[in-house]
Amino acid sequence: MELNEALERFALRMGDNTLILGHRVSEWCGHSPVLEEDIALANTALDLIGQTQLWLGLAGELQGNGKSADDLAFLRDAWDFRNLLLTELPNGDFGRTMMRQFLFDAWQSILLPRLAQSPDARVAEIAAKAAKEAAYHVERSADTVVGLGDGTEESHGYMQQALAYLWPYVGEIFDTDEADDCLAQAGVVPHFSTLKDEYYALITRVLTDATLDVPQDDFAHRGGRDGMRHTEHLGHLLTQMQWLQRAYPGANW
Amino acid sequence: MTRPSTEQVWEWLDQVPDPEIPVISLVDLGIIRDVAWMGDTLEISVTPTYSGCPATSFINMEIETAMRGHGIQRLALKRQLAPAWTTDWLSEKGIAKLEEYGIAPPQPAGGPARCPHCGGTHLERISQFGSTPCKAQWRCTDCLEPFDYFKCI
Repeated sequence: MELNEALERFALRMGDNTLILGHRVSEWCGHSPVLEEDIALANTALDLIGQTQLWLGLAGELQGNGKSADDLAFLRDAWDFRNLLLTELPNGDFGRTMMRQFLFDAWQSILLPRLAQSPDARVAEIAAKAAKEAAYHVERSADTVVGLGDGTEESHGYMQQALAYLWPYVGEIFDTDEADDCLAQAGVVPHFSTLKDEYYALITRVLTDATLDVPQDDFAHRGGRDGMRHTEHLGHLLTQMQWLQRAYPGANW
Repeated sequence: MTRPSTEQVWEWLDQVPDPEIPVISLVDLGIIRDVAWMGDTLEISVTPTYSGCPATSFINMEIETAMRGHGIQRLALKRQLAPAWTTDWLSEKGIAKLEEYGIAPPQPAGGPARCPHCGGTHLERISQFGSTPCKAQWRCTDCLEPFDYFKCI
């Protein structure tokens, strides 16, 4: 596989993850349990959408057919998205939203600082910017997971349920294909398998602090990052996210 | 017209207020990374504070309006991502003005040093995020007033 094509696929996956999760998190705007959480979630969503513009901008540039980040975000259909299934799952309750955020932030907080060292300047500069934001996000989501997990009997129950629901979607993070192998061989992106232990150590430490039982089952749902089988939730998300561009093509302000 | 010096342009930019925190200028904020002439085109490099900060496009418009007002005909605004913006680039003047305005300036320790209202040092964090991506919410338990803290990144 050619390096350029591999990098395009990688940028698309990075951008689709932050786009879809960013949209999901933005759904909380005006609905959070307290005002401070509402503001925090909206700000997190904003950072993720900002990162999306950078990653999808790079993907568009590498595709070389003049597509902008906006074109990629608003004019593709479900089967063309390459985000992890984890990011498209519905918010559920506040606890589940924060657990999903933590499982994602933990991954970003490990991956992005590595990418910031990439010899490819385009990857490195986006990652260096995003790494600062991810470090801030994981601090908050980890604190919240611990606060709610090690909270009341009721909040503990919600967090344990959230973990049980989300756990089968964690394994997909470490799936790789020929594009990932190609990038790792070229030294542009570390092979995800080399980051796996660090990730599981981090989440196990936080989940243990949160007095939660870490599931031992390693069954994983797959089909997001290769686009082969998204959940039914992605299409519904897109109808919300894309309707304006679909109804009024080219509209802008 | 004769080309104004880059020093002159920096001075003009120092008069353009940040749209969210109007007491400090774009230069105080540290987001203007370079001013240079390329032939008869003035190039200004701007770096975003946070990648999704919605003020970014507004800031570009403000720069353009200010430069046109000073008679600059050809202007190119460049987005510079690296090195990533850090609060270390806030000017001394900007830091003093932030505190005067009621926003606690960033501290390497990760939290405000004192209440910008009463100077009290008994502080608690309300939320890691505030009214803009660059701020968090804190409260002083001496005077009981909430205040914004400029996040340190």
